[in-house]
Amino acid sequence: MDKYQINHLKELEAESIFVIREVAAQFEKPVMLFSGGKDSIVMFHLALKAFWPAKVPFPLLHIDTGHNFQETLDYRDRLMEKTGAKCLVALVQDSIDKGRVKEETGYNASRNKLQTVTLLDAIEEHKFDAAMGGGRRDEEKARAKERFFSHRDEFGQWDPKNQRPELWNLFNGRKNMGEHFRVFPISNWTEMDVWQYIYMEKIELPSLYFTHKREVFERDGVILATAPFMKLRDDEKPKVIDVRCRTIGDITCTGLTLSSANTIEDIIQEVAASRVTERGGRADDKRSEAAMEDRKKEGYF
Amino acid sequence: MSGKNSGYLDMELLRFTTAGSVDDGKSTLIGRLLYDSKAIFEDQMEAIERASERAGGEQVNLALLTDGLRAEREQGITIDVAYRYFATPKRKFIIADTPGHIQYTRNMVTGASTANVAIILVDARLGVLEQTRRHAYIASLLKIPHIIICVNKMDLVQYKEDIFETIKNDFEAIASKLSVKDVRYVPISALDGDNVVDRSKNMDWYQGPTLMYLLENIHIGSDINRDDFRFPVQYVVRPQSREWPDYRGYAGRVASGVVNVGDTLMVLPSGFSSKVKSIDLFGEQYQQACAPLSVTITLDDDIDISRGDMLVKVGNGQPPRVDQNIDVMICWFNEKKLVIGGKYALKHTTSEVKCMVKEVQYKVNISDLEKEHNNLEVGMNDIARISLRTTKPLFFDSYNVNRTIGSIILIDEATNETVAAGMIV
Repeated sequence: MDKYQINHLKELEAESIFVIREVAAQFEKPVMLFSGGKDSIVMFHLALKAFWPAKVPFPLLHIDTGHNFQETLDYRDRLMEKTGAKCLVALVQDSIDKGRVKEETGYNASRNKLQTVTLLDAIEEHKFDAAMGGGRRDEEKARAKERFFSHRDEFGQWDPKNQRPELWNLFNGRKNMGEHFRVFPISNWTEMDVWQYIYMEKIELPSLYFTHKREVFERDGVILATAPFMKLRDDEKPKVIDVRCRTIGDITCTGLTLSSANTIEDIIQEVAASRVTERGGRADDKRSEAAMEDRKKEGYF
Repeated sequence: MSGKNSGYLDMELLRFTTAGSVDDGKSTLIGRLLYDSKAIFEDQMEAIERASERAGGEQVNLALLTDGLRAEREQGITIDVAYRYFATPKRKFIIADTPGHIQYTRNMVTGASTANVAIILVDARLGVLEQTRRHAYIASLLKIPHIIICVNKMDLVQYKEDIFETIKNDFEAIASKLSVKDVRYVPISALDGDNVVDRSKNMDWYQGPTLMYLLENIHIGSDINRDDFRFPVQYVVRPQSREWPDYRGYAGRVASGVVNVGDTLMVLPSGFSSKVKSIDLFGEQYQQACAPLSVTITLDDDIDISRGDMLVKVGNGQPPRVDQNIDVMICWFNEKKLVIGGKYALKHTTSEVKCMVKEVQYKVNISDLEKEHNNLEVGMNDIARISLRTTKPLFFDSYNVNRTIGSIILIDEATNETVAAGMIV
């Protein structure tokens, strides 16, 4: 590499910081969605960098399904205390109590889909005009066609066939009253980039990403954690084994990986050698070939 | 970290675009690159195998990997730009995969806007077509620094050297009319993998590099303008905290050139000058910053600077031009036609102004590359040279010398849609 060559992680960082600053400059009331997963942790780290030494000029928003791993919630609260950032929490339980959504029943019941309503209600309630998310284009095929600045109509819906062209570094965030934007600052990162960046920047992560003993059971080839609200079939027997999370969603749909990785270096080796995608363990994507596209159209993350 | 992965941290990033229609084997080529670089995972492969079976195909259709939306799968066409990622130990690659039909010129332009390299596929049986000319023209219009012509399906022409040479000569004739600097030619078979990642055993006569070797080794360090320092101010950082009561930093991304602590910078449009006090990023202090880094710059003097202003280095290279009248090559993106005399919002770097279309000088017939002076109606996917007058002066470089500082988009203020991409002449 010559003198002015910068590596791929610094270039991705520069691009994402540019996007986050554009959001702060172009919108009146932006918010950054935070799930406690590695992607939103990296995105928040980039936001800290973008505005230093000033504080991040927008709040974070956590959509809490009520089915989170406790480790995620503890990590979230510690991070906010350390950085002085503000994190709003919107509860899916509130949406259920208000009758806005109906709880799914049965063995594969999940609140994953219900989050969309809670999210859209929170956006409307706080009058947010831009919501940044940690979605990456390499995650899923419907995401591969997503823009950095993704326009949503007054119902929060995405129209994949009518997206605004996005050229150079020129992002068009203009909208009518009641409409909003979803913005994806780390669109161009792959799973490997995220892990390498976490390593390079020495970013602290929730303990769930490293190997630990946990009571689990197997369903359709996916290892899931047990929890009071997880209904087990008769043939599903819980057992305690060494696992870690490759992605973190809520307990009902986060597939766990058999792993002994307990450092970031171990995880990078594991990801490099892995032969299935990280979403391969996500029960929410297995529902149908266009599961993600359908949820995104309605206003999912 | 152990040897294996520490090397990964030093990869360069290369963005390329692929143009061609399904029949050229474009999706097969992308599938091949992803497959051979092990970027396709087992669950994705299984999904493709299932889908190929359903569609009744004999071979696993790697093209299915790139059809993301339901409508695309149903209709068997690609509608939108799709982004794909893979990496080798040397470089990380971002592919902007764009459909090649004439009605999707706007997607090709979009994909080309940030690319270092354009891969243009030519079917060995058909040779250079009107479509090849169109793709080459867009690559040259958007100033993609490197073009790789992949002559595909060599297996169907018995790997004959003279066929490859004819196509090469035909394309060189086109390239000489366009301002493309660096063109490479590779004979390949995407289906069998000949000269894609591994050298072909069927074409001993070809002594040049494989496609993957080119992608890994083409020199992209000079693609960015290193001479003229340009820094559009994106955001003013003012903590006003007890710890940082007087900090005033200008946040932005270096568009071109290099800046050092102590350099004298001029502020546009005010014309004031000051020296660089620090270059900051999250507590880290840089002595120097080059494109395309995002940093925050502080200056020795208190000057009124806001978003949309630009910091430039005095005394080296050309200063930016300052003008309210600009000529622009545009690609029109909207079903609503361009209105002569119409007013549009114009985005340029981090600033936004209004502008009026004074005249359409000519349209480019994208099939034969001739200029049309008679029919000046500019509609969807048309490319034209127009003259604009802006409400405030822009400070800019021509697109030829600076892709970031020479590019604009036009926005219809009634619909908020991006209606055109423009390259300042």
